[in-house]
Amino acid sequence: MLTIRADLVDAMVSHARADHPDEACGVIAGPEGSDRPERFIAMLNAERSPTFYRFDSGEQLKVWRSLEDTGDAPIVIYHSHTATEAYPSRTDISYASEPDAHYVLVSTRDPDDHELRSYRIVDGVVTEEPVSIVEKY
Amino acid sequence: MPDPATVTVSIPTILRTHTGGEKRVSAVGNTLAAVIDDLEVNFSGITERIVDGDKLHRFVNIYVNDEDVRFSGGLQTQISDGDSVTILPAVAGG
Repeated sequence: MLTIRADLVDAMVSHARADHPDEACGVIAGPEGSDRPERFIAMLNAERSPTFYRFDSGEQLKVWRSLEDTGDAPIVIYHSHTATEAYPSRTDISYASEPDAHYVLVSTRDPDDHELRSYRIVDGVVTEEPVSIVEKY
Repeated sequence: MPDPATVTVSIPTILRTHTGGEKRVSAVGNTLAAVIDDLEVNFSGITERIVDGDKLHRFVNIYVNDEDVRFSGGLQTQISDGDSVTILPAVAGG
C-alpha cells in the first residue's frame, strides 16, 4: 500500500499534465526506510518523448547525492503515460531497479480525467498496490 | 605501464548484494574497464550487472568524478589516482 499526501499527488498530476504529450518523470523522497514520501522532485525527461523517459544522468547524480547526504531515499518514482493506461510497460519493468520504491504511473490520455496507480516492481514481477491519499501524515 | 590508480567506487543499493552491503569499495585500474575487472576479482558476478559485451549496460550510469562516462570515453575512460567512480541504476522506461 502506498500512503501519500494529496498535495504530492496533485504535484505529480500537474507535472504530467504540463509535459503532455511528452512523458513526465520524477521522484518523491523521504527518510530512508520510512516508506513516507515527503519531498517532491520533478526531473527532466532527457528523452523528451511521448513514449519513453530517462532521468537526465547529470541531474540524477546531483539528486541522488543530496538524498544520500540527508539520509533520504527515492520513496516514489513516478512517470506518465500519455496515450496508454497507467500500467508498467515492458521497458518500465526491465529498467526497474529500486525494489523498495513505489513505482507510480499517471495516465494523461484522457484530458479530463487522469488515472494514477502504484506498483512494486521486483525482479521483473509487477504487483499493483492500493493507494491511500491522505491530507497529512 | 604506470602503477594502477586506486579509486573509490560508490555502489548502488541494487548491487550491494555483491559487496556484502558495502556502499563504497576500493578498486585499482588505469581505465574504467580495468577498474571493473578489478571489482570482479573481489565481488564475483558484479561485471555482468554493469557491462553488456564490450559496452556499458544500458541499465546503469557510471560517473567518473561526476562526469557520465557515456559522454567521456565509455569503458576506455582514463582513471587517475584518487578519482571517484559512482555507479547508479538508470531510471528510465516507456
